[in-house]
Amino acid sequence: MPEQLLFAVEVTLNGLMAGVMYALVALGFVLIFKASGIFNYAQGVMALFAALTLVGLQNGQIPFAHLINAIFGTKLHHFGWHMPAVLAILLAAGVMVILAILVERYLLKHLVNQEPIILFMATIGLAYFMEGIGDLMWGSDIKKMDVGLPQGGSFWIEENTQWLGFGNENFYGFFLDQLDIVATVIAAILVAGLVIFSQYTKQGRAMRAVADDHQAALSVGISLRFIWVLVWSIAGFVALVAGIMWGAKSGVQFSLSLIALKALPVLMLGGFTSIPGAIVGGLIIGVGEKLFEFSIGPLVGGATENWFAYVLALIFLVFRPQGLFGEKIIERV
Amino acid sequence: MFYREAGDFKTSYADDNQTFPIRFDRVRYYVVLAVAFGIIPFIINDYWANAVFVPFLIYAIAAIGLNILTGYCGQVSLGTGGFMAVGAYACYKLMTGFPEISIVLHILGAGFVTAGVGVLFGLPSLRIKGFYLAVATLAAQFFLVWLFNKVPWFYNNSASGQISAPERTVFGVPVTGANTDAWAKYLICLVFVVVLAWLARNLTRGTLGRSWMAIRDMDIAAEIIGVNPLRAKLTAFAISSFFVGIAGALFFSVYLGAVEVGEVFGINKSFLVLFMIILGGLGSIFGSFAGAAFLVLLPVLLKNILVGQLGWATDLAAHIELIIVGGLIMVFLIIEPHGLAQLWRIAKEKLRLWPFPH
Repeated sequence: MPEQLLFAVEVTLNGLMAGVMYALVALGFVLIFKASGIFNYAQGVMALFAALTLVGLQNGQIPFAHLINAIFGTKLHHFGWHMPAVLAILLAAGVMVILAILVERYLLKHLVNQEPIILFMATIGLAYFMEGIGDLMWGSDIKKMDVGLPQGGSFWIEENTQWLGFGNENFYGFFLDQLDIVATVIAAILVAGLVIFSQYTKQGRAMRAVADDHQAALSVGISLRFIWVLVWSIAGFVALVAGIMWGAKSGVQFSLSLIALKALPVLMLGGFTSIPGAIVGGLIIGVGEKLFEFSIGPLVGGATENWFAYVLALIFLVFRPQGLFGEKIIERV
Repeated sequence: MFYREAGDFKTSYADDNQTFPIRFDRVRYYVVLAVAFGIIPFIINDYWANAVFVPFLIYAIAAIGLNILTGYCGQVSLGTGGFMAVGAYACYKLMTGFPEISIVLHILGAGFVTAGVGVLFGLPSLRIKGFYLAVATLAAQFFLVWLFNKVPWFYNNSASGQISAPERTVFGVPVTGANTDAWAKYLICLVFVVVLAWLARNLTRGTLGRSWMAIRDMDIAAEIIGVNPLRAKLTAFAISSFFVGIAGALFFSVYLGAVEVGEVFGINKSFLVLFMIILGGLGSIFGSFAGAAFLVLLPVLLKNILVGQLGWATDLAAHIELIIVGGLIMVFLIIEPHGLAQLWRIAKEKLRLWPFPH
C-alpha cells in the first residue's frame, strides 16, 4: 500500500479513538437532556470536578486547605495517606451522587417549567460555580491522574501491522495509544451497561417514561425528583469516567472542562436525544477533524482542530436541523 | 411624591410617545448625562478610567449589542468574543491602512465590517433554532479567533502576532496610543455609548424592534401575522454585530492598545457579555448598563476586599469570584429571571404609589 494511504488509515484509527473520548462526554449530555429537557452545559466541569476529587482523595489532600490557610494562618496540606485507586473511585462516585442531590434540591426544583434557554443559562452558572468550588477545594495546579491505566503506544499492534507496509521502510506499523484502546473498551462497556439498565430495570423504565412525557409519568406514580437525582447521578458517573480518561491523557487541569464545548458539535451531529447518536457523532467528529488536519491542515497553517467540529456541525445542521438520529422537530402555533 | 404622572399633561402624540414619560425620569436622565459629561472628565484619574469607567462603557456597548440579538430577537449567541475580534482587527486594518482619516470613522467602519460578518454567520439562524443556534455561533467564535491567529495579513505580519494601536487624535487630542489622557479615553467611549444607546432604545421601540420581539416570542406565529423572519433575524444579527464590533474596536484601540486575539477575545469574553445581559435583564437597554456595571465592578471590589484588605492570594480571590458569579447567576435565574432591570421596574412601580400605597 502507498505510504500516504497507510498514514491516512492510521490517522483514521486515531480519530476513531479520539471520537470515543468525545462521545464519553456527549453521553452525559444526552442522558440529562432526555430525562429532563435540560441542556447541561456543566457536564464538562462535572468531569473536571470528578477528576479533581478523585486525585485529591487519592493523594489525601485536605479540601479547602488553601482557603483555611488563608483565613486561620495555618499550614495544612495533606492528611498523609495514599488511598487505593478503587476506593477513591468509589468515593468520588459517591461525591457525584451527593452533588446530584444538591443540584436537584437547590437548583432544578426551583426552575421547573422555565424555558429551556433559562435552564441552559442556569447550568452555565452551575458550571462557573463548580469550577470555582473545585479549584477552591483542591487547588488549581495541574495534577497527575494515576489510577493504573496503561500509557504510551501499543507495541503489539505496531509489530503486528508492520507487514501492511510490504517492505516500505518508512512504515513501522500503526501507532495506537494504549490508553485510547482502554478508553474505547470502557466506553463500549459503559454504553452497553446503560442500554441494559434503561431497558431491563424498573428504574430504567421509569427513566424512559419520564423522557417520553413528564406529566404522564407523574400521573402513573413515578417520582420525577427521584428520577432527576438518578439521571444526574448517572451523568456524574459518566463524567467521572470521562474525567479519568481525559485526566490520564492530558493531566487534570482547567482545560478539561473545555471538552464540554467539543462535545456540543458531537451532540448536534448525533441529535440531542439519541445515545447511539452521541457515539456515531463522536466518531464522525473524531475522524473528521483528524483527517482534515492531516490533509488540509498543513495548507492553511494547522490547528484546524479548534474549529473544524463546529463548522462541520453548522453546515450539517443547515441541511438536517435535528441531527442524524434526533427526533423530528414538529412545531405548532 | 415626585415620581408620578399626575399633573403632567400630554398634549401631542410626540409627548405621549417619549422615552421617559414621567418628568422625574426625564430630569434624572439629564442629570446623569450632565454628570457624565460635565463633572467626571475633570476628576477622573488613570486608575478609575482603566479599572472602572472605560471597561464599563465598552462592555455596555457590547451588552446592548448582544441584548438586541438575544434579549429582543431571541437568538442566543456565544460568538460575541469572535465578533469583538472582528471589530478590533477591522479597526486595526483601517487605522494602519488609511491613517489620514479620523479614528471615529475607523471605529464606525469596523462596526460595519462586523455587521457584514455577523449577517454571514446569522444566515444559518433561518434554519437552526435555540440551542442548536447557540452552538452554531460557537463556530463563529472559534473560527474567527483561529483566522486572526493564522493569517498574517490581519496583523500586518508583525513578529509577535499581536496588533497594537498607533496614536490617533480627535480634534488634536490623542485618544489612542500611549500618550492618551484618562479623560480623553473616557470621553470618546462615552460619546459612542450615548449615541449607540439612544439608537438602540429608539430602534427597539419602533417597527424593527417590534418585529424582533414577535420573532422572539414565537417565530412561526410571527411569520403568520406577516413578520418577515429573514428580514427580522438578519437585521438583528447585523445591528447587534455592529454594536459588538464597535465595542471590540474601542476595546482594542482605546482601552487595551495592544491585543493578542486568543487571550482577549476568547470564549470567556462571549460568556462574560452573556452573563451581563442575563444578570442585567434580557430585553432591556437599562439592563445592559446595569449588568455591565455589575460585572465590571464585582471583580474590582472583590480584589480590593480580599487581596487589598484581607491579604489573600490573588488566585484564591479569582476562585471566589468564579463561585460568586456562578452562584449569582443561578440565584438570579431562580428569583428573578428578568434580572436587575426587572428589580428596577418593580422599584419604580412601588415608588409611584409611595407614600400612599392602596
